[in-house]
Amino acid sequence: MAALTDLTIAQLTSALADKEASAVEVADAHLAKLDEHRALNAFITETPDKARDMAKASDARRAKGEAGLLEGVPLAIKDLFCTEGVQTTAASKILEGFVPQYESTVTANLWKSGAVMVGKTNLDEFAMGSSNMTSHFGGVENPWKRKGDNRKLVPGGSSGGSAAAVAAYMVPGSTGTDTGGSIRQPAAFCGIVGLKPTYGRCSRWGVVAFASSLDQPGPFARTVEDTALLLQAMSGHDPKDSTSAPLPVPDFAAAARNPDIRGMKVGIPREYRVDGTSEEIVALWSKGMDMLKSAGAEPVEVSLPHTKYALPAYYIVAPAECSSNLARYDGVRFGLRVPGKDLTELYENTRGAGFGKETRRRILIGTYVLSAGYYDAYYKKAQQIRALIARDFKQAFEKCDVLLTPTAPTAAFAAGEQMDDPVAMYLNDMFTIPASMAGLPGISVPVSLDKDGLPLGLQLIGRSFDEETLLRAAAALEKAASFSARAAGY
Amino acid sequence: MSLDKETVARIARLARLKVPEEELAPLAGELSGIFAWIEQLNEVDTSNVEPMSSVSDVTLPMRADKVTDGGIAAKVLANAPGGAVFIDPSDKNAGGFFTVPKVVE
Repeated sequence: MAALTDLTIAQLTSALADKEASAVEVADAHLAKLDEHRALNAFITETPDKARDMAKASDARRAKGEAGLLEGVPLAIKDLFCTEGVQTTAASKILEGFVPQYESTVTANLWKSGAVMVGKTNLDEFAMGSSNMTSHFGGVENPWKRKGDNRKLVPGGSSGGSAAAVAAYMVPGSTGTDTGGSIRQPAAFCGIVGLKPTYGRCSRWGVVAFASSLDQPGPFARTVEDTALLLQAMSGHDPKDSTSAPLPVPDFAAAARNPDIRGMKVGIPREYRVDGTSEEIVALWSKGMDMLKSAGAEPVEVSLPHTKYALPAYYIVAPAECSSNLARYDGVRFGLRVPGKDLTELYENTRGAGFGKETRRRILIGTYVLSAGYYDAYYKKAQQIRALIARDFKQAFEKCDVLLTPTAPTAAFAAGEQMDDPVAMYLNDMFTIPASMAGLPGISVPVSLDKDGLPLGLQLIGRSFDEETLLRAAAALEKAASFSARAAGY
Repeated sequence: MSLDKETVARIARLARLKVPEEELAPLAGELSGIFAWIEQLNEVDTSNVEPMSSVSDVTLPMRADKVTDGGIAAKVLANAPGGAVFIDPSDKNAGGFFTVPKVVE
């Protein structure tokens, strides 16, 4: 049998069911990988003792014939999900040392299905960033490197630690959250699969809030089927999140196992052909369409006229909601506290010392656009544009079943590149943000390597609450691309 | 749209965020760049567009108004920076106080 850490989630669960390995052995094999690749800085907190306890309990459940969907599968959890009794930081100094007394709904669902937590992964501070460089705990290193170039590359962000951990075979799957591309872009940069579900599919309860109208938890894995298995366990209506959709959870894994896309209409949005996209990615995009066409799909040219406005509108909506959400970090009730001569100064000192530069920048933008007299000019305008973006997608989906686009305009870049100009950094998310603004599900699938040997991904976008069609198309793309490259040394 | 140092200082005050004096000017430059880029939204005529209030078409349900949780006073108070104070130390679920260091004179 292959090494336990080389197995997919589907393979692991059958190896466990066939008693070829115990959950404790599986956990130990993955914990050894955490030791081996600690230099990637993918984790903020490792939880080996908890992992072994959970694995032991999992073996006991299996012995009693009570195995769940993910029984004994080790997972890494983005350090934005509150985990009972385990430090949860959002990669911010202001929350360092915070130990929640409750478990987020998504992680509780995963544990209910038998999964085992090995640790909490690194991210951009409060999930704000596309590089993982804004973490208070230092950046994460992408396991991939350019051929003949030893420079460290970023894993993307914000869920960079979760993506790097899967790409480095430290875990077969992990959780992320996606506000403007924070699952799909790091998945593309690390050569793995990442899925942002429809807004409302997975509960946000217990997830540290960044932009509440956009945030959505979702899974990372190395195959589309594994991603579907994780999504299935994570999803479901949660009365504790008022925006959680009261819908039944379909059999996502079955959809992912059915890559039959004959007759499926795949939309190619012409507005996604934008300057600044690398030529290789443009070529990859048409190659992806050819793959789906060979599998029986029909390409359809569609138009999403307001695409170019999604990004600037996002940079009003997300900072505005961030400035409201992050108002709770005041140094009084929990987290960091820096004294001052009066209460106002205590707030200012605490927040000045506790937030990093990108978080501070976004709080300031958000505070400005929500300040007296500017609401209509900015937030209302952005929400109107958002309505137009959603309408564009609705009209496009009258002509097609899924959309195919690049995930990111470039492959992974080096730490320090593209860091000086915030707007240039924001452009990294230009292909992922429109679907976020409309609340639609999207998935990034690794398709090939570029001339430097770095992975490139394509994004599929689906109709609202139609992750099944999305997963079928993703499975077909995965099958046609048969991407099997691994980062050297991992 | 260009923001000056004074405007950044004013927003920082509104956000209760201490920004060192020497960082105000560079921040004003960065934020001006971001707002100049955001200006392109004015190209779009939104005069008859209803602003989006929810991305979801699903009608969100009301939940029954009943107690579904409780008896966890010790957990609720566990992270109190001033420590937990219980009304009856022998019965931690009887309730108590979430205390913080003094914030009012």
